[in-house]
Amino acid sequence: MSQQNKEKTSLLKPFINGLITENPTFVLMLGLCPTLAVTNSASNALGMGLSSTAVLVMSNLLISALRNIIPDKVRMPAYIVIVASFVTIVQFILQGYAPGIYESLGIYIPLIVVNCIILGRAEAYANSHSVGLSIMDGLGMGFGFTIGLFLIGAFRELLGSGTILGFKLTPASFEPIAIFVLAPGAFFVLAALTAIQNKFKLKSATNGSVTRSNLACGGDCLSCHGSICESNRDKLETTNSVTAKNDKKKED
Amino acid sequence: MGKLVLLFITSAFVSNVVLSRFLGLCSFVGVSKKIKTAVGMGLAVVFVIVIASAAANLVFDFILVPLDLTYLQTIVFILVIAALVQFVEMIIKKYSPGLYNALGVYLALITTNCAVLGVALTNAKEGYNLIYSIVYGLGTAFGYLVSITLLAGIRERMENNDVPKSFQGMPIVLITAGLMAIAFYGFSGLKL
Repeated sequence: MSQQNKEKTSLLKPFINGLITENPTFVLMLGLCPTLAVTNSASNALGMGLSSTAVLVMSNLLISALRNIIPDKVRMPAYIVIVASFVTIVQFILQGYAPGIYESLGIYIPLIVVNCIILGRAEAYANSHSVGLSIMDGLGMGFGFTIGLFLIGAFRELLGSGTILGFKLTPASFEPIAIFVLAPGAFFVLAALTAIQNKFKLKSATNGSVTRSNLACGGDCLSCHGSICESNRDKLETTNSVTAKNDKKKED
Repeated sequence: MGKLVLLFITSAFVSNVVLSRFLGLCSFVGVSKKIKTAVGMGLAVVFVIVIASAAANLVFDFILVPLDLTYLQTIVFILVIAALVQFVEMIIKKYSPGLYNALGVYLALITTNCAVLGVALTNAKEGYNLIYSIVYGLGTAFGYLVSITLLAGIRERMENNDVPKSFQGMPIVLITAGLMAIAFYGFSGLKL
């Protein structure tokens, strides 16, 4: 095998990893807030997925390029500033060229900043890999997220209003089940999805088969992966068990 | 005054932060196993959101608007919130160890919860002044406290129930949240 081929496969690896093996929506279960909030229609889901992809690729690129310059102690604030800058840029681009999507996504666009996937990838991948690999990782993760959102969005739109991307697909006799495009429907669809994953023992963060799952990292979306969060979680769990023990003692 | 009460009820129940706007969902699912922890988390969120919405509003009105820098709001808000929470944590640790023991763990957790940033951004978008911002923050956080406590209560009761195997864990929690969302959806029929 030639040198060139090897390089190609090693560049493809992080892409495939993000797209399939560690798909952020279906396997890692990251970015739950946007997954539920903007999947009420396929076009919203697509807009959100592509915006996140753009931010993810750019921030991975810059963070990876600066990984030897940013001091370790202030890396989190530095990442936040970088990500927030790209989010602001994406926000302006959407406002200028896709005002419809901008209006319907509303507050969820600036909230891309606190999406676990982006800072998670910065911390877990970009700060220890070369620029090329980090871009591919960003693309893979971003498209994986986009596809995940699009599938959920299309499913909800089809059941909830009988359309996909605005095209009528169901026969006239089908009465759309409106609840699927409303807030409760989002919870039910995700519940069904995770139940299916449990049933067939598919790899997913929600049934513990992905060890580094930090879905429930205690609300700090920002540092889900690997960083401050895990120590916090330990603290929380020890406090929980300590209070539980105290309660037991009182009962005795 | 009437308007403020209305704003509070709207932000707490009609457009509940978790159940209809999906903000702060990770902690909603993650920290709701026990009522005690859920209440602690809820109170910490109330505390942080109120302070953060006041601070973000002051920064927005007195620094960003006069300097015509409102496009920097996302960056500025998240830094202000992160710095503020760290600062408050240090102060509480020094002057009120009791309060720190009760809220400390949670404070570190919610530095950048999406709900906190979401409130600050909504305040700026709607052009609320300081008092409106604080009331809106208080309402949102109260809605969070109510819903996470309810969910924790239901989950404690569900612990001994016979849940179908594939629905154990995450799916049943999501179904519960969905049913709660339906219940809260009823508030949107309120003629306010």
